[in-house]
Amino acid sequence: MGQLVVSPSPHTRSSVSTPNLMFGVIAALLPALAVSVYYFGIGTLIVTLTSVASCVLFEYLIQKFLLKQQPTISDGSAILTGLLLAFNLPSNLPIGIIIVGAAFAIGVGKMAFGGLGQNLFNPALAGRVFLLISFPVQMTTWPVPKGFGTNYIDAETGATALNMLKNHFGTLPETTDMLLGQMGGSLGEVSAIALLIGFAFLLFRRIITWHIPVTIFATVFVFQGILYLADPTQFASPVAHLLAGGLMLGAIFMATDYVTSPMSICGKVVYAIGIGIITVVIRNFGSFPEGMSFAILIMNAVTPLINTYIKPKRFGEVK
Amino acid sequence: MAKLESSLKNMLLSLTAIALIAAGLMASLYSVTSEPIQKSKEQKSVEAIKAVLPAFDKIENDTANGLNIYKAYKADGQFIGAAVESMSKNGFGGEIKVMVGFDAQGNITEYSVLEQKETPGLGTKMVTWFRPQTEKKKSLLETIFHYEVKTAEKQSSIIGKNPAVNKMTVSKDGGEIDAITASTISSRAFLESVRTAYNAYAAANNQKQTDANSGATQTTEGNNNEQ
Amino acid sequence: MNNNLKILLNGLIKENPTFVLLLGMCPTLGTTSSAINGMSMGLATTFVLICSNVVISLIKNLVPDKVRIPAYIVVIAAFVTMVEMVMQAYVPALYASLGLFIPLIVVNCIVLGRAEAFAAKNSVVPSMFDGLGIGLGFTLALTLLGSIRELLGTGKIFNFAIYPESYGMLLFVLAPGAFIALGFLIALVNKLRKS
Repeated sequence: MGQLVVSPSPHTRSSVSTPNLMFGVIAALLPALAVSVYYFGIGTLIVTLTSVASCVLFEYLIQKFLLKQQPTISDGSAILTGLLLAFNLPSNLPIGIIIVGAAFAIGVGKMAFGGLGQNLFNPALAGRVFLLISFPVQMTTWPVPKGFGTNYIDAETGATALNMLKNHFGTLPETTDMLLGQMGGSLGEVSAIALLIGFAFLLFRRIITWHIPVTIFATVFVFQGILYLADPTQFASPVAHLLAGGLMLGAIFMATDYVTSPMSICGKVVYAIGIGIITVVIRNFGSFPEGMSFAILIMNAVTPLINTYIKPKRFGEVK
Repeated sequence: MAKLESSLKNMLLSLTAIALIAAGLMASLYSVTSEPIQKSKEQKSVEAIKAVLPAFDKIENDTANGLNIYKAYKADGQFIGAAVESMSKNGFGGEIKVMVGFDAQGNITEYSVLEQKETPGLGTKMVTWFRPQTEKKKSLLETIFHYEVKTAEKQSSIIGKNPAVNKMTVSKDGGEIDAITASTISSRAFLESVRTAYNAYAAANNQKQTDANSGATQTTEGNNNEQ
Repeated sequence: MNNNLKILLNGLIKENPTFVLLLGMCPTLGTTSSAINGMSMGLATTFVLICSNVVISLIKNLVPDKVRIPAYIVVIAAFVTMVEMVMQAYVPALYASLGLFIPLIVVNCIVLGRAEAFAAKNSVVPSMFDGLGIGLGFTLALTLLGSIRELLGTGKIFNFAIYPESYGMLLFVLAPGAFIALGFLIALVNKLRKS
């Protein structure tokens, strides 16, 4: 710290600031949160509050006592990490596990790399994947959506649509239910409509561009479509894959993270195609049902390389 | 002593000498260890069979339904059971290979998982899940603070059960065996391989068969319930 | 003797092969899923290190410079094969769990590195102490890493239950846990070395 880095000119000023962006994304997540509370009840609130509170607390403690910096929790990034982490968890996850996940997300995913802007991986996803591998039983028993009265503990559990896709058993939820969110899954990923409303809001506020999410959707649709046409008995339809699991949530809110995605438009497209292909490969051939979070983390790791080879255009540069 | 010069003659001599000495040492050590190594290798191939069967004196190889069967006999020729090498293709991560031991009456004596590619921490638990619950050892923290983390009661042991009498499917499908928590698919595949093993055993001994695809009384629909 | 003690401590702490020199990462990450595995791997490597250091310091003047690397490798490979044969014959269970990594001791850069950097320039006794020091440093690091992974992953150390296994974080038993635990251990060692 203490060294002022001057970026290349021009130094335009704008009203956009980190807290502004962060709270914009948080606002875009609220519809999905509301739907989740509607379907999973009190569990959603407990998980979300625990996750957000512990993320903020860990960020504060690490900055204050370990790094001895001025804590920057008011920029909203820890709140966003906590919220996104909660969105990736089942709504009946025990509180202890959530706190461990938050500690990993903030401590290892973000602060070990140097804090906001330095992190190589999306912290919320790092936390989720850590929990998924560490506590696979708790992380893959999903409560059945029973409306507002769903219990937090001892909720009835069932399979997610993705598990059914992978193993060709059971009846998939109706497509309308999958759009609205009436299915088992992580608490924030279930409702495609609510997530798309958030997407529209982000586009409208110009917080993100459309390139990454739309390219991911297209890649998954085309690649899964080819597999489906090749052998419909073995592979599920591309529409079901678009709506099931964390694809929407990941594509709109996780893959578009400023810090961990490439800078140029062209780089973004390469990055998004990579995510789409890896997701489809893991979902169809891997030993885990969901591949979205692994795919984003893998492409996060490739991002510096993409940024090296596909440089953003300099201001005023003409090709 | 001065260092040897790097002339061709010196290089050749020194490398050859070192290689010869090393080879000589290896050879003498090999003559000492070759016998125990041979023994431990032999043990390994018989071990998988030994692990699932009561004590026996000789093994007779057989095949039925395309599976390898190892029939075990006492020295006086009394048939004491057979180990069947079975598999299922419906595991979560693909193929599962198991060795299942049956006694002369067709009761399962023991099993061992030879090969599996299931999800770590979920399906991989099949290695011990289907054995009787062992007495849990208390950990240090539990002893100090006088509390105990309860493990859920489960009826998951297949040891001592007879697939001709007992329904060898997961309890969700109407069977008698509790599936591994959060990995019904792996459990189904495992039990399928056990039933396949029993059928091969029965075919080899002309005993009553159980329908490999659906358990003793189940219809094929039963396999298609939600997880 | 004082000098030899210094060489020993140098390998154990100041030039610890895992935490300071960052050599031999492959067995470090691959074999430390439990404390006992890490320790066995460390001891096997220590044995090879001492033997190869002693032999190489003995023959260093008989080996012309241009062929020293192949000559050293033959010596090291001979000792590794001995360890492998003995282990396979008398402790097959350990051999089964370390299997692949035993032959890999040959290409462990610690062994050739010490042969080249120390044994080829020093006499027998200091070379032996160097092998012992570096080997024990490696063993210490592997045992520490193995204990941490076993404790976090399964709640046990050397199979002695500390806390209930159901609280264990499976990630630490698997490969990614090795990288994370090693990273934090190195950070801690750096911090301690600075102060």
